[in-house]
Amino acid sequence: MIDYAVVAGDLSVRYEDFTALSGATLTARYGEALGIVGPNGSGKSTLLKCIAGLLLPTSGELRVLGSRPRKLPPGTIAYVPQVEAVDWSFPATVWDVVAMGRFVGLRLWERFGERDRTAVRDALEVVNMRDLAGRHIAHLSGGQQQRAFVARAIAQEPKLLLLDEPTTGVDAATEEALRRIVRQLVARGLPVLMATHDLDRVDEWFDRLVVLDRRVLAMGTPGEVVESGAYSAIREHTHTHGHLRHDHAAHAAHAAHPEIRT
Amino acid sequence: MLDVLVQPFHYAFMQRAFVAALAVGVLCATMGTYVILRRLSFIGDGIAHASFAGIVIAYLRDANFYIGAGIVAVLTAVGIGFVHRRGRISLDTTIGVLFTGMFALGVYLMSQQRSYAVDLQSFLFGDILAVQAQDLWLILGLSVIVGIAVVALFRGLLYTTFDPIVAQASGIASPAYEYTLLVMLALTIVVSLQAVGIVLVAALLVTPAAAAYQLTARFAPMMAMAALFGAASTVGGLYLSYYVRASSGATIVLLATILFFVALAAKRLRRLTAPAS
Repeated sequence: MIDYAVVAGDLSVRYEDFTALSGATLTARYGEALGIVGPNGSGKSTLLKCIAGLLLPTSGELRVLGSRPRKLPPGTIAYVPQVEAVDWSFPATVWDVVAMGRFVGLRLWERFGERDRTAVRDALEVVNMRDLAGRHIAHLSGGQQQRAFVARAIAQEPKLLLLDEPTTGVDAATEEALRRIVRQLVARGLPVLMATHDLDRVDEWFDRLVVLDRRVLAMGTPGEVVESGAYSAIREHTHTHGHLRHDHAAHAAHAAHPEIRT
Repeated sequence: MLDVLVQPFHYAFMQRAFVAALAVGVLCATMGTYVILRRLSFIGDGIAHASFAGIVIAYLRDANFYIGAGIVAVLTAVGIGFVHRRGRISLDTTIGVLFTGMFALGVYLMSQQRSYAVDLQSFLFGDILAVQAQDLWLILGLSVIVGIAVVALFRGLLYTTFDPIVAQASGIASPAYEYTLLVMLALTIVVSLQAVGIVLVAALLVTPAAAAYQLTARFAPMMAMAALFGAASTVGGLYLSYYVRASSGATIVLLATILFFVALAAKRLRRLTAPAS
């Protein structure tokens, strides 16, 4: 029996007159990188926010590491949002930002000790930013900002890592660096869920893929998903319209590969 | 020279005023760091105006005005947080609605009185020279409470100020920190009312911290520098007002404003003289 890090069953998120996620059913295993691919507005960020406990699903079941997200002990989940989510003129250096990853594990009066400093140094080492530790965050490139966020997540020593489109707006070298970091973390046994609409080299990034367009169109290994047809439909529509028609992709996926859940 | 410095301290009311000014200056500027970085400048103004209703209610019930202002300020602060979060209404709209409503309540209650002996101007512009021993203990007590909270909650407040969503995802209770900060802010404002009054209290929250923001790139030094500028503004302003015989609240705020522009000029100068990288 497979032990799953994330189990979502018939998960829906509705706002007043808008459905962001409709009946999504998926699983993520321990020690795997699960890619969540889909065009803009397909519910990728919504799904990650539900798993992080930031959003409550309107209906459906969600178990994260065997529990409801909001019942998990502090520090269990690390969430890396898109870089534009914060004010980069905030008075902080790279070290300060990465050190924040340790805060959740410290009691009110507990000092930031040597173990915390070592964790911050190690996290900076993983993302190759030790020499930038003293730099003000406003003076970082987009790729360096993204890596600082990833380092903060690593410093937290989480049991589950969620990445929301970390490759958006970064150069090829940073993208490759991020891919290596993800594979390194997965090799250590950490489950990683990553949303992306960048569909190049998915087989080098992920062990399995979920194709999402408000509902799950296909799920499986990159090879299986590519064969299913849902992937190519996503790819085609992402490049042409930026959005996907459900019926087209689901039909293509089911016809090509009926054993893949669509 | 020494005589000039010491002369004001010959009077007991000036001694009380200086201690109150120091406490208010440090406290406002420290909390102002969060006000600036969370973009809450409007909230200081809002809570201060709302507390006017509490001042009037305390006056009508013959109670200590700090208690009346404190209760209304805290309720308004929590109300702002609640309506903003639950009602999905923007923060500035929420503040605008609640503070004008509460200020109007104060004016309404005041207007219902046939005669009143309260000097309204002292609430609007402050009168730090009128601080009594009992007031001073209250100011110091509340300052210590807020100061302990600032130290104890330092890391959580820092994280939720920089990145509240990720902090919450990691397990830090961002909403609880937000409410606690609003309550701390309300208490800070109430403590400062006597010194600078309703109209000018927002300046003490914003200006010293804004000056510090020009000169440092890290959070803790910014907070320390803001506290220093706050203390320099309130204590220096009180000295100045004593010698030039001007309103203490206005002089304090004017000095803080001058410090801000000096800091701004220093930042520009540093950029101009910095070696090109």
